[in-house]
Amino acid sequence: MAESYTVGHEQAPDHAHAALQHHFENMEQQREASTLGMWVFLVTEIMFFGGMFLAYTLYRSLYPEAFASASNHLDLKLGAINTVVLILSSFTMAMAVYSTQVGKRRNQIISLALTLLLGATFLGIKAVEYHQKYEDSLIPGRIISSRPFDASGVHLLPNAQPHNVEMFYWIYFAMTGMHAVHMIIGIGIIAVILFFSIRGKYGPEYHNPVEVSGLYWHFVDIVWIFLFPLLYLLGRHLEH
Amino acid sequence: MSEHIVPVRVYLMIFLALMVGTALTIWAGLQDFPGPLNVVIALTIAVVKATLVVLYFMHVRYSSRLIWVIFASALFWMGILFALTFSDYWSRDWFQI
Amino acid sequence: MKAMESFEAPTPARVNYLNVTYGLKSWLLTKDHKRIALLYLGSISFFFFIGGLYAMFIRLELLTPQGDLLQSTTYNKVFTQHGIIMVFFFLIPSIPATLGNFLVPMMIGAKDLAFPRINLLSWYIYMLGGIVTIYSLLAGGIDTGWTFYTPFSTTFSNSYVVAAGLGIFISGFSSILTGLNFIVTIHTMRAPGMTWFRLPLFIWSHYATSLVMILGTPVIAITILLLAFERIARIGIFDPAAGGDPVLFQHLFWFYSHPAVYIMVLPSMGVVSELIANFSRKNIFGYSFVAFSSLAIAVFGFLVWGHHLFVSGQSVYAGMIFSFLSFAVAIPSAIKVFNWTATLYKGSISFETPMLYALGFIGMFTIGGMTGLFLATLAVDVHVTDTYFIVAHFHYIMVGGAMFGYLGGLHYWWPKISGRMYPDGWGRFSALAIFVGFNLTFFPQFIAGYLGMPRRYHAYPPEFQIFNVLSTAGASILAVGYLIPAIYLVWSMRYGKIAAANPWNLPGLEWQTSSPPPTENFEITPIVTWEAYEFAPREETEVVGRFREERVEEV
Repeated sequence: MAESYTVGHEQAPDHAHAALQHHFENMEQQREASTLGMWVFLVTEIMFFGGMFLAYTLYRSLYPEAFASASNHLDLKLGAINTVVLILSSFTMAMAVYSTQVGKRRNQIISLALTLLLGATFLGIKAVEYHQKYEDSLIPGRIISSRPFDASGVHLLPNAQPHNVEMFYWIYFAMTGMHAVHMIIGIGIIAVILFFSIRGKYGPEYHNPVEVSGLYWHFVDIVWIFLFPLLYLLGRHLEH
Repeated sequence: MSEHIVPVRVYLMIFLALMVGTALTIWAGLQDFPGPLNVVIALTIAVVKATLVVLYFMHVRYSSRLIWVIFASALFWMGILFALTFSDYWSRDWFQI
Repeated sequence: MKAMESFEAPTPARVNYLNVTYGLKSWLLTKDHKRIALLYLGSISFFFFIGGLYAMFIRLELLTPQGDLLQSTTYNKVFTQHGIIMVFFFLIPSIPATLGNFLVPMMIGAKDLAFPRINLLSWYIYMLGGIVTIYSLLAGGIDTGWTFYTPFSTTFSNSYVVAAGLGIFISGFSSILTGLNFIVTIHTMRAPGMTWFRLPLFIWSHYATSLVMILGTPVIAITILLLAFERIARIGIFDPAAGGDPVLFQHLFWFYSHPAVYIMVLPSMGVVSELIANFSRKNIFGYSFVAFSSLAIAVFGFLVWGHHLFVSGQSVYAGMIFSFLSFAVAIPSAIKVFNWTATLYKGSISFETPMLYALGFIGMFTIGGMTGLFLATLAVDVHVTDTYFIVAHFHYIMVGGAMFGYLGGLHYWWPKISGRMYPDGWGRFSALAIFVGFNLTFFPQFIAGYLGMPRRYHAYPPEFQIFNVLSTAGASILAVGYLIPAIYLVWSMRYGKIAAANPWNLPGLEWQTSSPPPTENFEITPIVTWEAYEFAPREETEVVGRFREERVEEV
């Protein structure tokens, strides 16, 4: 090996920036790594939900009438409101990123706060829906032992079996429950970003954490974009 | 990566498109279309909405090809899970779909 | 100074990652990827020991045809727990979390991984998963087989399924975070001049492994959750009586668990590429083919899971598709074996301990892989499924393949990691002992399985006893073989000869810094201007004794 291996000079590091972590050469590398990291993480989330979508697709194909009957018993109004709420929150999140990029701190804080509020609203409405299911004895199995699952309140289409209706509700709770868990985590992340935004940590020269949190939030929105029609709109057309 | 700053009106237009899509989904869900068309229409609208979110809200339209490849791979892999599992269920002579 | 001088007079204390700070907190709160690698090394060795204890009970029970040592229910727990510990807590993290964590930044010329704190978090998550699993073992164990098949696991088993599942679920996140870290690091933190095709093949294989971790692990996560909820709430997603399908569980389970075996073997293949090239002092034959074959294995590995479901009730047409794809996945692996062999040809080969493991890998992996092809053949699989043929097949890959690569890599990079040399004589002796012990343990199992001995039974017909006696004898030799390196590696940390920065005068970036390295890996960021395995021209070598040496340029 004739050549020496290090022609020793440093890259010009961004010593100036307080947010630069020491193992990165400069802010650009750090930003690239951070964005790439979030995207790779979202890949894992897609595969995670994918397993549940598979179970849903399989059992819906097998028991279409039962699934349609169960779906019709969900509160379409609340589901629709939640969809609007969540898409709006994605918009406010995008606006938060924009405001940070152009240095409009007040708008940034307002947008983040709105996103937080809308997220909490979504969860609140979900809680109302879950409570309705509890009241109607539609929580599957013996999770609530005092109110075992009872499909008698559900109007059954022809050929629908009650235990397949229970299967639908199991998948409904699993998928919306998992989604809600991710929303709670997302709200936590945005709360942290909001906190630091108020302290003035993010601006046009350092906004990647806001952007990356936005990526996560939009992903949670996308999952709901699919969940809404698949869970709430299955069999409405059969109810005429 | 996304030094590109997306203008507000783009976000606004995408948001409005998503609202239209939502309304369309609900309307279509209440109509009785022949055969499997209800599902097809619902999924198509959902895919379009998701695509708008990915491209514009998540900036994939303005990002490097690597990001695009990563996202597309995830979808492709979910596709593998579905396709090969259903190759079993569609060809069984018991527990039929 | 001759390159093969593997020791030098003790130098004045030099600051490296091991001695830069002392104290428990400096280790438990470290962000240094090298220290995290050692944390993993310790924990993984611990779990290997536990898994090995279970193996010992299996082999002791199977010495005699009667089920006389353990009751059948206890035996069920023993083989289940052997599988769970070895797969999830030893093999899957082994090379990536120890050698990968240590070497990936060094081999690409970076100061650390992209996300050092997430790296530390991944170790804590792994430990948490391990603790939860150990709790399930101590509380009474689990008897479903490491495969957790429904409806036994959901409905009929009286063991700690949910606890064990939870432990595995938690440790899965450790895997995901490691893979995420590697992918981002390799994409964004390569030193100037380190292009993709100058990367060592160790990096390519870890990149491919990380892809599998990212894409597969989430599916086992959701599967375990569904299993746990089904068991707790008795819903019926896998219960035929409620309209569910138990085979759905198998589809979801194996969607991850087949690629998981590639998580276990791909890093090992990366190690073997390094060992073969460096101990033949020759560039790997067909570098880009080997690099792409790692990616191909990662991708194809996701297409074959149905070969675990041939007799489960899966449709025979799907079986044919999976059978065909399972043949296809062997091709990239075979490409590697051919290329390694071609690398050896006219190479300047030396038989230090790591090379012995590498050569052993090639042989054992070939046997394991070939028998995999037999199993991919639908008709043969129907005959030997759930027999010891399967057990022998996967142990050839996992022990003869993954484990050999792990041990070879551990020995090869030991001077870099610890700054010490281990006694190579003992190294070679134990490599040989492991090789002999391993083959004696598992080869008879091929025969017993083919002749019909079923797996997961604590008793068997007397005509199989001879194979089991041979197998247990081999296992005892294997155990001794494992014990010896454990002893001399630990011994060497205190009493071993001090290692030079580049004891075998090799071109890899990790050898261009001191042994052990400083915390930031390189004094100055390297700029790479040479190809991956660029050895000095042969005229510069001279034969001295048994080893070839190169004249060292004073740098």
